[in-house]
Amino acid sequence: MDKGKIDKIIDKYEGDAGSLIQALLEIQSENRWLPKEVLAKVSKKLNVPLSRIQHIVTFYKAFSLVPKGRHEVHVCTGTACHVRGAPRLLDSVKDLIGISPGETDMDLKYSLETVNCVGCCALGPVMVIDGEYYGKMSPAKSEDVLKNYD
Amino acid sequence: MARINSPAELEEFRKDIISKKDPNRPCIAVCTGTGCLALGAANVVAAFKEEIEKQKLQSKVDVVDIRETGCPGFCERGPIIVIYPEEICYLQVQPGDAKEIIFETILGKKIIDRLLYVDLTADKKVVHESEIPFYKNQKRLLLGNNIKIDPKSIDDYLALGGYSALVKALFHLTPEQVLELVKNSKLRGRGGAGFLTGVKWEFARRSPDKTKYVIVNADEGDPGAFMDRALLEGNPHAVLEGLIIGAYAIGSHEGYFYVRQEYPLAVKNIGIAIKQAEEYGFVGKNILGSGFDFTIKVHQGAGAFVCGEETALLMSLEGKPGEPRPRPPYPAVKGLWGKPTNINNVETWANVPLIIKNGSDFLTSIGTEGSKGTKIFSLVGKVNNTGLVEVPMGITLRDIIYKVGGGIPGGKKFKAVQTGGPSGGCIPEEFLDIQVDFDELAKVGAIMGSGGMIVMDEDTCMVDVARYFLNFLTDESCGKCTPCREGIRQMLKILTNISKGRGREGDIELLEELARTTGDASLCALGRTAPNPVLSTIRYFRDEYEAHIKDKRCPAYVCKELISYYIDPDKCQACMICLRKCPAEAIDGGKNRIHIIDQNKCTKCGTCFEVCPSRFGAVTRLSGEPVPPPFPEEKRTIVRKSKDK
Repeated sequence: MDKGKIDKIIDKYEGDAGSLIQALLEIQSENRWLPKEVLAKVSKKLNVPLSRIQHIVTFYKAFSLVPKGRHEVHVCTGTACHVRGAPRLLDSVKDLIGISPGETDMDLKYSLETVNCVGCCALGPVMVIDGEYYGKMSPAKSEDVLKNYD
Repeated sequence: MARINSPAELEEFRKDIISKKDPNRPCIAVCTGTGCLALGAANVVAAFKEEIEKQKLQSKVDVVDIRETGCPGFCERGPIIVIYPEEICYLQVQPGDAKEIIFETILGKKIIDRLLYVDLTADKKVVHESEIPFYKNQKRLLLGNNIKIDPKSIDDYLALGGYSALVKALFHLTPEQVLELVKNSKLRGRGGAGFLTGVKWEFARRSPDKTKYVIVNADEGDPGAFMDRALLEGNPHAVLEGLIIGAYAIGSHEGYFYVRQEYPLAVKNIGIAIKQAEEYGFVGKNILGSGFDFTIKVHQGAGAFVCGEETALLMSLEGKPGEPRPRPPYPAVKGLWGKPTNINNVETWANVPLIIKNGSDFLTSIGTEGSKGTKIFSLVGKVNNTGLVEVPMGITLRDIIYKVGGGIPGGKKFKAVQTGGPSGGCIPEEFLDIQVDFDELAKVGAIMGSGGMIVMDEDTCMVDVARYFLNFLTDESCGKCTPCREGIRQMLKILTNISKGRGREGDIELLEELARTTGDASLCALGRTAPNPVLSTIRYFRDEYEAHIKDKRCPAYVCKELISYYIDPDKCQACMICLRKCPAEAIDGGKNRIHIIDQNKCTKCGTCFEVCPSRFGAVTRLSGEPVPPPFPEEKRTIVRKSKDK
């Protein structure tokens, strides 16, 4: 965790309670999760009660209160992917890496998430790993793709 | 770049830009929208740049420009490039093709046949973009410019006549006249509800407060819909120009873009566009010397579907959880920070410059009685030409799916088309000839919504589709009002039971009752429209519900708990492909030994069904009937004639 960078973001929004979500988004994007002590600092500097911050970070999906794995696996479960077989893809990915959506494995290797649509419906079913897109996936192909990550 | 201080200076500057552009100079436009990027467009651009550099070194001449553009819509065949001035369209271009394209097409003026679109119906290759059936049957007023401009270049937008509508509004029309034009155009909000834009603007204009806000709602959350993203990524200035004109008409001096953070490229491009517009003096104090002031901020959403609802969006803008509040008071009276606020969808704003520039008749001349202009749909699912299509209101669903979309892949049978996202409904084949507009779609139990259009074929289970949407909505319901939170959850519970073979007599009626209550009593549109997927599927596909409940059978072989995979011993050739691929190691067999699926181990992932060579077709799916007992061991050995010799 780069404390300097996080402090810089918080300082930028000091006293600006209306920008709470923007500040948290920036920290999330920098650090990939929101540690408790950072939230406490945000609360103090932006002058927002911690209870409201807790409400915000649990309401919006973009925030994570736990550390993420080295590889972020996103399986698209948008409607187009769904009708093209995303549920079967998701089941096989779950089996292969041993965690359910929203979880991170014990070795901090993978985090698995479902996303509502990544907007590449022509490629469905789609899986995105660390920003890399894998289109026209099937349970069998997902195994080959995941083998390349360690 | 210095500020532009008057319309005359702008025209002078525009002339200057156009004179510097040689219309005959070759230009390769590469789509770098999210869809094509996922297909490797960035590597294609890099390959072109590298090849051009080599050219420069060798012959010391700079032969061609590269333009990275937004999405022209034909995602199915990405990465797409269009070569100007001839407008040659190449599809599925790979980095390895770059050299050949530069040498053959740019320098040699020859067409590369294998990269062209093949029109199978006419059995010919199509050279020009506008002649490809996918494009030919559209009317692309808003999307058409995407391939012609670099979204990061305001000069490209100016060269196509950009910001002339703003000049016309600020210098030749009063705010009332602008409002009148928009009202007369009968433009209806493209975000879903279809409220008349001019009327909405008038409410905000009449609200007696000095401070007013205008907002671009770019929180496009419907799964399977990405129209707004394509506009923001591909032509941000068109949206921006519309917003400034709207602010002038309403009397607002502060605006917001509310963009979902899942669209990083859109956020980036709109940020660049605003900065450029500020530098040129289209945004800021005393715009073009008119005395009108207007500033804009970009605000990112944090991943909540409900924030597309306008009151929830306002809460989120204020830094609070995005929970809707009852209306009235409407945002036009009491909106952001308690001030009058006008919120319109991206596509609505993008229509505004067209109306101001060309007059309201321009829009009213297109479309049906109640819905004017064009609409962008994202045509996805079981359709050949997945992508973004812009069509005139009033076109039939059949034309969209078959003429533009190229029909259903794999010779499968069409089952339904789902419009309007999670708030919409499924429309069966019998209504394919209705005219697509706000009112006709509502009559058959669907909605226009923001423009998602998901095509479903015979392999799609309608109970599963209804369950899918409710599962989405139960996640996204903010939980503030009970009918939405509990109603959706209970409906989902029943649907899940049905799809798992635990359905009971009376479930359909109970679903209908819950749906009506949820629809009547919910606070915001999320809950009020949540029953649509359930009611429309029950209305048109009741037989599928009954098959699930009574026969424990899923006719489309989708609901896992109701299907089994079975290897037909008469067809199995013991090729070992499924056996090797099965991730659950549930297949027993061997060389020359007929394979058998152990039903207790099988996870029903369907891999065996997919990999079984079609000439054998040995793996079959069963539903609503028992799996035949395992083939007797003594008969499992295959004796091959060729081996006997």
